Amino acid sequence: MTALTLPARPAEDAGLRPVPWRRMAWVTWRQHRIALAGAVVVLGALAVYLWRTGLQIHQAWTAMVTCHPASSYACGQSAGLFNTRFVPREVVAGILLTLAPALLGAFVGAPVLARELETGTFRYAWTQGFGRWRWTLGKLVPLAVAVTAATGALSVLSWWFFQPFFADNFGTPLAPALFDLRGVAYAAWTLAAFAIGALAGMLIRRVVPAMAATLAAYFGLALLPGLWLRQHYLPPVLTTSNTLPNFAWTISQWYTKGGKFAFAGVQKSGTNAGIEQYWCPHASPSETLGQCLAQHGYTQWTAYQPATRFWPFQWIEAGWLVALSVLLIAATVWLVRRRAA
Amino acid sequence: MNVIETSGLGKRYGNTWALRECTLAIPAGHVAALVGPNGAGKTTLLNLAVGLAEPSAGGVTVLGGLPAGSPAALDGIAFVAQDAPLYKNLSVAEMLHLTRNLNRLFDQDYAKARLADLGIPLKRKAGRLSGGQQAQLALTLALARRPRLLVLDEPVAMLDPIARHDFMATVLTAMVDDGVSVLLSSHVLAELERVADYLILVSRGRVQVAGEVEDLLASHRVLTGPAAEVGTYAERPVVHLRRAEAQAHLLVRAAAGDPVPPGWETHPVSLEELALAYLREPGAAALPGPARVRALPLEAGEPSEVTR
Repeated sequence: MTALTLPARPAEDAGLRPVPWRRMAWVTWRQHRIALAGAVVVLGALAVYLWRTGLQIHQAWTAMVTCHPASSYACGQSAGLFNTRFVPREVVAGILLTLAPALLGAFVGAPVLARELETGTFRYAWTQGFGRWRWTLGKLVPLAVAVTAATGALSVLSWWFFQPFFADNFGTPLAPALFDLRGVAYAAWTLAAFAIGALAGMLIRRVVPAMAATLAAYFGLALLPGLWLRQHYLPPVLTTSNTLPNFAWTISQWYTKGGKFAFAGVQKSGTNAGIEQYWCPHASPSETLGQCLAQHGYTQWTAYQPATRFWPFQWIEAGWLVALSVLLIAATVWLVRRRAA
Repeated sequence: MNVIETSGLGKRYGNTWALRECTLAIPAGHVAALVGPNGAGKTTLLNLAVGLAEPSAGGVTVLGGLPAGSPAALDGIAFVAQDAPLYKNLSVAEMLHLTRNLNRLFDQDYAKARLADLGIPLKRKAGRLSGGQQAQLALTLALARRPRLLVLDEPVAMLDPIARHDFMATVLTAMVDDGVSVLLSSHVLAELERVADYLILVSRGRVQVAGEVEDLLASHRVLTGPAAEVGTYAERPVVHLRRAEAQAHLLVRAAAGDPVPPGWETHPVSLEELALAYLREPGAAALPGPARVRALPLEAGEPSEVTR
């Protein structure tokens, strides 16, 4: 073996500038390109599904609303077709879109640190000149931006995909199942899933358990807003009118008599609780229950969120999710900096 | 300059001290061997020195006073962890590129020439290299960073004798030609005897011996004499006592010219003998500064015996 000698180390240049950030870009790309390619394939397949099905839905919807005369047998059939054929596909699309952020968090976010810790390569990575907290940030930030941007693009497509259903008085755009599959909230949920994955990987230190924990934590978090949080983003609007604006999201309903609370009424999605029937047992088919109760001196109150609050709610939800994600990523970097080996 | 300096350094995992009250100063320009049985705290000490672990007590500085793990310290120290962790799915060339991107200095030409010399193909995945080749690749990556201190954790444990020899030859070349200080740990002393000129012995989380090999060998002698007379030879600090039938072997702290009692023979000690003797006597210590070696308490508890 020939003896190779190292050239003398150049004189220590003063100040010792840190290794530039851009050098980390290649490292992150090379080590995570397979995960990113997988994400592109999955999101691409989902986009193709949304696009192809969306085209059919838009066609069927156009045929339905332009059908003349609306009462004809043919028009009734086209409306029926729309409901039987495309509403199930809308449900499928909803499920796939719900899964995507969770899977990105588990497959892209969780392994970033868990794989290094599981295989021991963190002992290599964290002792290089780049420095370990910079290394962590140099990986997490570009990957987070990548998955967030990708699902942001997908949310534009899903916006278009769901358009006919909302135009068709399908329901409120604030409804829990669909609200966060469109708009900025969708991308923000993906960012949160990624951040949860990164932190879970650092805490659990093993790839597969970290992925499982990410899925569990993400779905746990995703249930919260629809069930409890979102309706409180802004104070609900109160009305005594029997007719609500189109696409309003009813939060609760109750009755008062003489300025005093009488009883709670129709719940958000439930049917008449029955108590009204007690007061108006003989409401004739021609008069609605509400009219009957009004005749007995009851006032019906409804608290609702108007559909015009869709974008404010989107920004509120995206806002706290981004804040949470920044916090989780900061916690991950802090842990990397603090503890190891 | 001291490449590593610790004072009262300790590391606790849960309730167990992996290392405690470790006070050391390893001067530059040595191949320092960190020796001790498995679980003695060697890896803990190295992890603390390269900044992978935070001390629970005391402190550690490197390269003449830099805090361990600081950017300047990371820049000047190359560390090869136990089992030479590499990204198994990256090719050798990609490992070079990766290391180059993560460091201020990287001598690509040196790395390539060395790998060519070793016959390690650049296109092969790191995970498909043999154990010896992986260790050599990790060492090449570390040396190409042109470190001032090279830290190796159990570098030869997984290697066959030829690979060990080649590996050590590379380490020595780097040390002799380029003035790289080296700190390596091992539980096999025999491998280090040829290369190490500084010895740190740790056992049960404490540093027992630290010093230049030359000084250590010059200040220890083995005395051989009748077992019955052991008791009369109590004035010198005895590290270890071994009895073989009628003969007793004492490892004592003594210089070559020191007087020898009648009926006793004296001869120099080998590094391995010295290390083994200390490891068998966890209570004994040879550290710079005030000698902490106890006098032989012959009547009360004798040092542990190893009878042939």
